[in-house]
Amino acid sequence: MIKVGVLGLQGAVREHVLSVEACGAEAVVIKRKEQLDEVDGLILPGGESTTMRRLIDKYDFMDSLKEFAQSGKPMFGTCAGLILLANHIIGYDEPHIGVMDVRVERNSFGRQRESFEADLDIAGVAEDFAAVFIRAPHIVEAGENVEILAKHNGRIVAAREGRFLGCSFHPELTDDHRLTGYFVEMIKESKQLAI
Amino acid sequence: MKTGTDRVKRGMAEMQKGGVIMDVVNAEQAKIAEEAGAVAVMALERVPSDIRAAGGVARMADPRIMEEVMGAVSIPVMAKARIGHIVEARILEAMGVDYIDESEVLTPADEEYHLNKRDYTVPFVCGCRDLGEAARRIGEGASMLRTKGEPGTGNIVEAVRHIRKVNAQVRKVVGMNEDELMTEAKLLGAPYELLLEIKSLGRLPVVNFAAGGVATPADAALMMELGADGVFVGSGIFKSENPAKFARAIVEATTHYQDYKLIAELSKELGTPMKGIEISSLAPEARMQERGW
Repeated sequence: MIKVGVLGLQGAVREHVLSVEACGAEAVVIKRKEQLDEVDGLILPGGESTTMRRLIDKYDFMDSLKEFAQSGKPMFGTCAGLILLANHIIGYDEPHIGVMDVRVERNSFGRQRESFEADLDIAGVAEDFAAVFIRAPHIVEAGENVEILAKHNGRIVAAREGRFLGCSFHPELTDDHRLTGYFVEMIKESKQLAI
Repeated sequence: MKTGTDRVKRGMAEMQKGGVIMDVVNAEQAKIAEEAGAVAVMALERVPSDIRAAGGVARMADPRIMEEVMGAVSIPVMAKARIGHIVEARILEAMGVDYIDESEVLTPADEEYHLNKRDYTVPFVCGCRDLGEAARRIGEGASMLRTKGEPGTGNIVEAVRHIRKVNAQVRKVVGMNEDELMTEAKLLGAPYELLLEIKSLGRLPVVNFAAGGVATPADAALMMELGADGVFVGSGIFKSENPAKFARAIVEATTHYQDYKLIAELSKELGTPMKGIEISSLAPEARMQERGW
């Protein structure tokens, strides 16, 4: 069975686990870097990106996450997870993992009272995806190899670059598991390529 | 496009899970909290132990403090309004505060009714000591709960009592037959539909943090061990000798609450925690947990 890791330092971990299981894959909550070897793909969940970054540094996770990204295994970042994947964050000198060729802006839709739900057309996933945006970032600019999957009011809110998938919103907060299912398919494809 | 839906308001609290929310009274403390890895800060005029010491009526903080804190950090900023004080809550919402705590730490403005929190776009967190109180607050539209404990005491005993109570009552409801739930709703003073929802989910429908008396990293880990989704630390951090170190230690103990060797390491030479108050020495009217209905 496909094993999907969910980085479990802070944030909406349980919801991702349930979504992965609903897609027929096994979910593993990753609290220690050694566990990364066990999984075929990794989800970086929503939460507070500054908090996650601090915990990543504290437990020496960063090099392991970068190695994981280089190993060819797929990664999926939602909201704060997208910020971790991006190679450029507006207002910051350094990226976090920095493997996806996108420029992101944090909290770019405003404060919590401006947080919202909207129906999205996500290319190759769903035409009517109910997306929950919470103090969400968005992709300001995407590199040439990045496939733009969805926009909201002209802003890029979901994108894929090869084995990296990122979105501004929280697919784990609804019962619609199609985007998680899309990621599980990405993992299956990458395993076939590896064979 | 819709703002202020249950999913958006409750979802915000979901993002805070496994984290620590810290009370701060100025921008400098807020930066220390953010740097230490807090998932949010609660902007206040005084921390609960100082509110206790000052006596008198405790109200919403000066909006300038909220403004200063919101300008200083990128993590969410929460603030407290008095129980039932519609206008304080509206002011906080208008200022763009990310979450409002309708809090028993402040002197209640209404001794009969809590706020109708469904009316607001901004989400609310409320205190509870048992499932009845928790369910009434959710019924009014709270998007997040926190067990009350006894704020400003540095004594964990009430926080333990409340998280155990709520979780034991949730387990009881989950294990009950559906035909027993109406009577249980009557006994708890809880909305019946909410008990049905708890039974079908197997848990509360909103995130529940622990609060009120967390003074050490081990206290924070204890709350997680007892099933809290995260921890509020009020007076504990900035009343300790070395707030930055203390704050980091509490964050790490919360993340790795079952890694006891690690918690031992982080607890070394932290300096003196806040002094603390024995609960039996508090007069009944000085117990903040009794506020709320």
